Amino acid sequence: MSQLSSKHLLGIKDLTREDIQLIFETADNFKDVINRPIKKVPSLRDITIANVFFENSTRTKLSFELAEKRLSADVINFSASGSSVKKGETLLDTVNNILAMKVDMIVMRHSSPGAPHFLSNHINANIVNAGDGTHEHPTQALLDTYSMRERVGDLEGKNVAIIGDIIHSRVALSNIFALQKLGANVMICGPATLVPKYISSFGVKVVSDVRQALEWCDIANVLRIQLERQQIKYFPSLREYSLYFGVNKQLLDSLNKEIVIMHPGPINRGVELTSDVADSHHSIILDQVENGVATRMAVLYLLASVA
Amino acid sequence: MQKRLLLNNKHLSITISRLCHQLIENHQAFENTVLIGLQPKGVYLAERIKSKLEEIIQKPIEIGYLDITFYRDDFRRREEPLTPNETKIPFIIEDKNVILIDDVLYTGRSVKSAMDAMSAFGRPAKVEFLALIDRIHSRHIPVEANYIGKQVNTVFSQKVLVELTEQGKKEDKIWLIDKSKS
Repeated sequence: MSQLSSKHLLGIKDLTREDIQLIFETADNFKDVINRPIKKVPSLRDITIANVFFENSTRTKLSFELAEKRLSADVINFSASGSSVKKGETLLDTVNNILAMKVDMIVMRHSSPGAPHFLSNHINANIVNAGDGTHEHPTQALLDTYSMRERVGDLEGKNVAIIGDIIHSRVALSNIFALQKLGANVMICGPATLVPKYISSFGVKVVSDVRQALEWCDIANVLRIQLERQQIKYFPSLREYSLYFGVNKQLLDSLNKEIVIMHPGPINRGVELTSDVADSHHSIILDQVENGVATRMAVLYLLASVA
Repeated sequence: MQKRLLLNNKHLSITISRLCHQLIENHQAFENTVLIGLQPKGVYLAERIKSKLEEIIQKPIEIGYLDITFYRDDFRRREEPLTPNETKIPFIIEDKNVILIDDVLYTGRSVKSAMDAMSAFGRPAKVEFLALIDRIHSRHIPVEANYIGKQVNTVFSQKVLVELTEQGKKEDKIWLIDKSKS
């Protein structure tokens, strides 16, 4: 197979295992491209892409923009703050206005789960979901699983623990779908208040002891505590959270095993991860960032070829 | 479908040998010259030429593989996207003489894309092109090969099929296929 099964990337749930493998194989080639002296190819020379971000973002937006530019696409950026959205313009009106400027693809981040799905029913352009509320963040899951595969090989039968603030995370859900499609076993670990009750219905193990999770897993994907999404107190203090759910060097050393540590960033240093873990040989956090550009190039390239 | 054999095992070997002697005439000891095969089948051919050249001049010759998928000008105009192959150029091509090698020269568009792709690795001193089969009178752009294995006059409905042992075939055979006749 050399074509994606969908013209949009709305979530990992909609992708097949073959789609994910195709994205990985294409990303391998783009990783080679971005490590050359001239890091650019002309593949998307005639394509215009709009990055429509209704929510703040640093690395995802930069990563998409770089991926688009490395593929020679024309890029326009839109941020909700300082735009007509503040004057009450609807999502559909905003996007239709952007499309009237002859845009071929839309990369969208929105605080409402399902916003890109809604859009895909109304417009013709290819849509890439760059995060919709607490629902999915498919390109993050792709770059995460790509980075895991790069470090430990085939993910079939591997144990992956997702640790931290699951309830507010869009990364967790997309990661669960991607890992299961690739044959990995998934464990969720976090305080009961930050783990949704329905999560075990996805066929994942759920524990609340971080040591137990680390002893079980080959890879620990540690998630950020999303304080900005928390309207109420989910745990007494950051200090207590770091004491019970933080990953530190002492804990890792006591396990006496090789373990891969990941984090989608930005890290609350000293809370989810201590600096000596985040910057250690266990960590592949910066590989995740590098692979983000290559996997996003692969997604954009493959979607552009699906009419 | 009608098939006509253009080159068999023996003829291909003679042709490669002749091409190698032509290359040596122009590049002597290959001190500043490298070979780059175009993925996928140009690579097999380039490897054979490298072996033959090394056998004759008794010196190692540098070789690279170049994939042109991301540089093609027919992206989004095909039914399906092309699956890329590996690019592996483990040397600097800046100021080198580069010999691009491919199996078939048809419209010339692949060669143009290859030159675009190659520019990501530096500015060569000189670029030459070697094609095993040259389909004459079929060019879309003004590209010609410096070294040619065999010239054939073809029409649009015909295709050159290259079968090599490296692909798992029993023996090397280069065919001219007429797609319009069943």
